[in-house]
Amino acid sequence: MDWIYEPWPWYVAGPLIALTMFLLLYAGKQFGMSSNLRTMCSIGGAGKYSDFFKFDWKSQRWNLTVVLGSVIGGFIASQFLSNNTVEINPKTTTHLSQDYGIESAGSAYLPTELFASENLADPFVLIILILGGFLVGFGARYAGGCTSGHAISGLSNLQLPSLIAVIGFFIGGLVMVHLLFPLIFS
Amino acid sequence: MRYISYLIIGIFFGIIMYKSEASSWFRIYEMFQFGSFHMYGIIGSALILGVIGIQLIKKFKIKAIGGAEMNLYPKKKGVVNYLFGGIIFGLGWALAGACPGPMYVLVGAGYYSILVVIGGALLGTFVYGIVKNKLPH
Repeated sequence: MDWIYEPWPWYVAGPLIALTMFLLLYAGKQFGMSSNLRTMCSIGGAGKYSDFFKFDWKSQRWNLTVVLGSVIGGFIASQFLSNNTVEINPKTTTHLSQDYGIESAGSAYLPTELFASENLADPFVLIILILGGFLVGFGARYAGGCTSGHAISGLSNLQLPSLIAVIGFFIGGLVMVHLLFPLIFS
Repeated sequence: MRYISYLIIGIFFGIIMYKSEASSWFRIYEMFQFGSFHMYGIIGSALILGVIGIQLIKKFKIKAIGGAEMNLYPKKKGVVNYLFGGIIFGLGWALAGACPGPMYVLVGAGYYSILVVIGGALLGTFVYGIVKNKLPH
């Protein structure tokens, strides 16, 4: 029964993500997760501060339902279908441990150094998490979409703006990992 | 009834994101280190099937449920906002190791520190809404 805990290979996951997109298209909707952040801001009353948040958020209830589903999916997968560890390239594991003191690759799903609840008391960790989230939220709205909206939906529809955005995603990611990580974590 | 379908699609998506390890900070880091084909394979294979499927939808004029047009409108033209926004997003994606889909998946998986990341993402979205008109687009 161990196979049930094994991670899914890319050639299973990728086609299933495409299927997710097609199911949403068939339902008359579209695959894009970051717009939910805008919806949540509107629900929270952000319309008082900017017209950007003045829209009929109730028209987005379907997408919030997808969010609720993905929370439940995460619960099911982590509780019943996974041993919650991630094996990555051994070279990357060694490098994370030697250069940044991140030792949990191979024994956890997320680095405990950043995501263990007890480490939230560490201001360094707290700032990393808030800043990371902030950049994701700000950047996704500025670019008009995230990995699902641009890298999957937009590129599948051969949209040039999405290609520009995805190139941006990779420039940002590479700069962070190769230029800024040594400054932040060393 | 329709909401049940959205919920099921969400559950399906959540399980895929978790089981494929696309929700793992380690996998995102490894991707930007070019340490494995895994993430490129996931995005690439989704994309190849996505492109083929959407071409077929357009060619055969396949409609959404109820006969409505599929939601395949072209994105607004532009460069600056897509490039700058994309770079900012990428910086955060690599730092937090999570994009907006997996964030919710990780809440369900019980990694409650991700709520701080989601809080940051909501704040980032809010600040964008405030300064939007001052930014080059």
